[in-house]
Amino acid sequence: MIYIYSFLFAGAVSLIGQLILDNTKLTPGHITSMFVILGSALDIFNIYDLIVAHVGAGALVPITSFGHLLIHGGLVRASEVGYIGLAMGVFDLTASGITSAIFFAFIFSLFFRPKD
Amino acid sequence: MEKKIYEKLVMEHKPKEKRGQNAFIAFMVGGLIGVIGELLVEFYSYYLGLSTTDASVFMIITLIFFASLFTALGFFDKWVKFARCGLIIPITGFAHSMTSAAIEYKKEGFVTGLGANMFKLAGTVILYGVVSAYIFGFLRLIIMGGA
Repeated sequence: MIYIYSFLFAGAVSLIGQLILDNTKLTPGHITSMFVILGSALDIFNIYDLIVAHVGAGALVPITSFGHLLIHGGLVRASEVGYIGLAMGVFDLTASGITSAIFFAFIFSLFFRPKD
Repeated sequence: MEKKIYEKLVMEHKPKEKRGQNAFIAFMVGGLIGVIGELLVEFYSYYLGLSTTDASVFMIITLIFFASLFTALGFFDKWVKFARCGLIIPITGFAHSMTSAAIEYKKEGFVTGLGANMFKLAGTVILYGVVSAYIFGFLRLIIMGGA
């Protein structure tokens, strides 16, 4: 069942993105930024946590989960050390993704040439 | 007046995008990535005995790895052109934008080319993510007083 929910949620987010891309003049950069902001906004009242609990990994794959993980890490840290924890924890949960994206992008760019 | 006529001409000769088909493909491909993510989480938590949180970190890294590798090998660009948001909205799009920028600007030098341009597209995501997380985080702390 969780596979169907994953499929539907990740598919629906992509569908909304595609509809915005086709029907407005916004670029993919605008859309991904909007979705990241949306993801972190949905976490103000733990709505995205609820979605992740029900949908599983399907909710972690779209870029909205990036915003969710940013604010979530900040809030977890803030609950331990107060307001300054927001700044300390924002990258706690996304660090693995950003680090590996930078690392793989650099390593692969050493070995491969652009294809035209 | 002339501008309006020109705009009308441009609209007439613009190739018509099949919006319904694009949306359907994006839905199917995006959904498929979601299912692959769920399968990977189950796989990692079952065979490596990881908790669901750790398994999802592994899943994200796996998706980023393959998106970067396929971009470097050259055929991911064609997939992105076909599936559009189906591959841009999932985390694969983040990895794709960084790897393709890194490979493309490498010829302009490692610092002024690769280093300066790698975050051209991914930078906006990180920037607005961090700013919104900070603002919304403060709002949440003020409204609800702690997590």
